[in-house]
Amino acid sequence: MATAIEFNHVSKQYRLGLVSTRTLSNDLKRWWVTSIMGKEDPFLKIGSTNDRSKKADSEYVWALKDIDFKVERGDVVGIIGKNGAGKSTLLKLLSKVTGPTTGSIKARGRIGSLLEVGTGFHPEMTGRENIYLNGAILGMTKTEISRKLDEIIDFSGCERYIDTPVKRYSSGMTVRLGFAVAAFLEPEILVVDEVLAVGDAEFQKKAIGKMKDVSSGEGRTVLFVSHNMASIRQLCRSGILLENGLVTYTGTATDTVAHYLSGFGDTMCYHADITMEHREFANTTREIELLTVSMTNDGDDYATNQPLDFYVRMYKHKNNIESATLEIMFNNSSCDRLGSYISGPIDLKDVQGEFTVHVRIVDHHLAKGTYSVCFQIGQKDIHSGLKDYDIVHNVLFFSVAYSDQIKKDTIVLWRKNWGSTVFQGDCEVISDRRNRNLV
Amino acid sequence: MPKDKLLAVDLKELWRYRDLFTLFVKRNITTQYKQTILGPAWFVVQPILTVFMYMVVFGGIAGIGTDGIPQPLFYLAGTCFWHYFSDCLDKTSNTFVSNAGLFGKVYFPRLVTPLSNVTSNLLRFGIQMGLFIVVYLIYAIQGDCPASPNWYLLLFPFLVMMIAGLALGFGLLITSMTTKYRDLSILFSFLVSLWMYATPIVYPLSMVKGKVAAGMDLYTIMRLNPVTPVLETFKYGALGAGEFIGWGWLLYSLAFLCALLFLGVLVFNKTQKSFMDTV
Repeated sequence: MATAIEFNHVSKQYRLGLVSTRTLSNDLKRWWVTSIMGKEDPFLKIGSTNDRSKKADSEYVWALKDIDFKVERGDVVGIIGKNGAGKSTLLKLLSKVTGPTTGSIKARGRIGSLLEVGTGFHPEMTGRENIYLNGAILGMTKTEISRKLDEIIDFSGCERYIDTPVKRYSSGMTVRLGFAVAAFLEPEILVVDEVLAVGDAEFQKKAIGKMKDVSSGEGRTVLFVSHNMASIRQLCRSGILLENGLVTYTGTATDTVAHYLSGFGDTMCYHADITMEHREFANTTREIELLTVSMTNDGDDYATNQPLDFYVRMYKHKNNIESATLEIMFNNSSCDRLGSYISGPIDLKDVQGEFTVHVRIVDHHLAKGTYSVCFQIGQKDIHSGLKDYDIVHNVLFFSVAYSDQIKKDTIVLWRKNWGSTVFQGDCEVISDRRNRNLV
Repeated sequence: MPKDKLLAVDLKELWRYRDLFTLFVKRNITTQYKQTILGPAWFVVQPILTVFMYMVVFGGIAGIGTDGIPQPLFYLAGTCFWHYFSDCLDKTSNTFVSNAGLFGKVYFPRLVTPLSNVTSNLLRFGIQMGLFIVVYLIYAIQGDCPASPNWYLLLFPFLVMMIAGLALGFGLLITSMTTKYRDLSILFSFLVSLWMYATPIVYPLSMVKGKVAAGMDLYTIMRLNPVTPVLETFKYGALGAGEFIGWGWLLYSLAFLCALLFLGVLVFNKTQKSFMDTV
């Protein structure tokens, strides 16, 4: 089969720190060294692999390094990797929005993406005019759009308003219209980034449905980025695993997922300082901000009967918040949510600025295995309404093993609530001074 | 991917996006005057007020001559051309910054955007030229008008294309540089406003003849400004103002334009690959 996408030793370098301005002096230096003295570019040598948890020793970083792979026409490829592994950069390079620092990319056929719905819509223009404009931006010709115009309008469900300026549309109508155009683009290569489409379940479902149609039909190529291993396994034929900007595994989708999950929690993590990397939803209010999360551990696996102690250090930015609810969510090694512990309203009347919450989960009912922990602080009180202050994902990793005593006496495992997803525990605000000695 | 050849314009690709070009032109034109009271009338109000100011300041207070041409006609000819030039330059030199949102999401040949801007600005230029013709006719009907057109006016379409090309070339260079170093945009907008005074708009070129400043022949320096020969040819062709600048200088402008466009497109193409990381 013909090759649809070809990445030839592609690397992409970013500069940390000052993003917006490259300095004139560095550019002059580069120009002097490469053009006048004919030596290798000094700024391409420095730069480490993209491990974001460690502080970089260089101000240049490789978002992608030496990416080399081919995708056959008609293949459905899942791209897996943790947040910050370089998935989005890879898609950006493929869609030619930005160019690679070194290497070359060949893509045959039109590339369509289901993320950029309604790009280039002009509020002053009518729905019909915007269909043409948006379609042309995505690479359609006028005749092509005219041929599909009725279908697009029909699909969007905006017939009545099609000659009304888009600024009078509701946001939902705008999205529907944009999606209708994208859906009729019929690209040779379709890019679906589920990670970025998070938040709108209906849209996500539509995008996945469209993807299924495209891939099962006329031999089109699909690139699918998702954190959901089940949908990767279900929808994709092959997979690419990205870690810190490097391709660490390629194979069938099932093998790639298995490889990814086997690496899950290889390194346990009992303490984490929260950074933006942990936040999947950057738009939370963060009126209460999570600072650090940690759990006590003596360097060993937890026993099934051992309580889990969590210390969550937070900062209260708004003084008028009287109480908040802390949720601790547990995922298994397939990244599936097992359940969560939800505290009662924590009294924060007397708290100012930094404070720490200690949660002890006494009877966790977790079977042997590795787990990741997510944290969420918010308002879950019916009277004050639902509100998320801050959410962080997969920050702590720990594993549970059967302790020796229980191994001898497995009958102890049989007890009420086994496997139940209700986590019960106690929760208290402790003073920060005491906490410093503890953590 | 754009090829890494020296002149990396994929003309075939650009041709494939010709529909986008026409749609952009249409968008620019239709959205320009939506939700304004006067609408396209603004295109006429602006040059009238400008010419009025020039008549007061340069013609009245400073007493600068106009080669015997009625002041409104002389100033109008200059401002219409200069406005078209500076509008195109301004739009083109902001291509990357003002389209960052769009460029960051979808790929299409970036050159489509400045090309469509230069084209849609022609509408405004056309309306202002219409104003020029109306004023001209008023003077002609009144009789005793010292201005008269000659055969050089046939160069008009060609002159407009040259102005558009020069604005595009400079604009492409500027937008490529300012994505990296923002402070340059302050410098450039300042320079462009000064540039107008280095172009014979508020004074006739003949006035500069024989003048020496800082040991340099001003007449030669003025003509080295690539906009001058184009503007002078128009003013001579339409009004018979002064004398024809000569084919040599016009050819110089054309050569300058070609070199500038080549360089501009080259730098622009190089920038478009990485600008999303610097914006």
